[in-house]
Amino acid sequence: MDLSLAPNAIAMSVREFVKWSSELFDDLMRATGVKRAVDKITTPIWSWSLRNSIFPLHFGIACCALEMAASSAPRWDAERFGIVYRSSPRQCDVLLVNGWVTTKLRPDLRRLYEQMPEPKWVIAMGECAISGGPWYDSHTVVQGVDTFIPVDIYVPGCPPRPEALLDGFLKLQDKIRASTKGRFLED
Amino acid sequence: MNSTGGLETSGSTEEAIVDAVRKTFPDGVTIGGIAPRRIFARADRAIIYKLCEFLKNELKFDHVSCVTGVDRIDRFQVVYHLSSYENRCVLEITVDIPHDDPEIDSVTPLWGGANWHEREAYDMFGIRFKNHPRLERIFLPEDTQYFPFRKDFKLGRQ
Repeated sequence: MDLSLAPNAIAMSVREFVKWSSELFDDLMRATGVKRAVDKITTPIWSWSLRNSIFPLHFGIACCALEMAASSAPRWDAERFGIVYRSSPRQCDVLLVNGWVTTKLRPDLRRLYEQMPEPKWVIAMGECAISGGPWYDSHTVVQGVDTFIPVDIYVPGCPPRPEALLDGFLKLQDKIRASTKGRFLED
Repeated sequence: MNSTGGLETSGSTEEAIVDAVRKTFPDGVTIGGIAPRRIFARADRAIIYKLCEFLKNELKFDHVSCVTGVDRIDRFQVVYHLSSYENRCVLEITVDIPHDDPEIDSVTPLWGGANWHEREAYDMFGIRFKNHPRLERIFLPEDTQYFPFRKDFKLGRQ
């Protein structure tokens, strides 16, 4: 904790004063344990809200997209977990890659991933997204999405049944619960 | 138009078509066989455009169902499936072209439907179609350096 006024002891501009005082406040909050206390209270709340409002990107590539549709249809009803498909990457936090990714699609998929705001997660659904699947050693199918996008959850199957996809989402919820950090004074 | 399902006896439409083609192109076209509503023919590269023009304008072959390539290792083949509502039959023309000069006249000026078929054949086999309005890759990215349907294309782990 640095409370010295150097080099501004003689005169301090408003900007400098704001910087100095906010750093002082920040250090005080950390040193006295207030930040830890606030984080302990608020982190579960943020984690709960993130977990229960997973917004995947409404982006279907192949057969797995039909399983994705079935899992959000009434019979499996993914919406009861708060999984709502949004049609713009700017409003999503999960990229659900379902189907083969060709070399022609790869840059566009990468762009979609980069357009999503943090925090974001990626689910690779089905064999094609995991490893190229039946298109092993193909001249144009990318051998797994994790060659160019970091993947959090793999849902195996060809195609995975809707309950497998929902299980993948639940696994993702566990991951979010485990990895949410306290954000008080962090930004 | 009769309604016998095309299963006609002698003097059928297919034979009439074959006779007309033989008369107009005495050499350069070999008739491989006739089945009900199917004619199989082989043609030379040099006359393919004239032959197709004749088939379209005189014999009412108004639809090209398929243009594709085949890699026979020692040569390429281009296969045309031309169909006709009027004659109710499909004419299959096979053209051999050399492996080191895979070039043939485009039939896109005759049938617009051949456009994407020929682009696909170029994309996958590297067969160049002369006078094609836009001979570019259609499936693969533009910067692809290979023709994946050729037999000498070796896959390796990406």
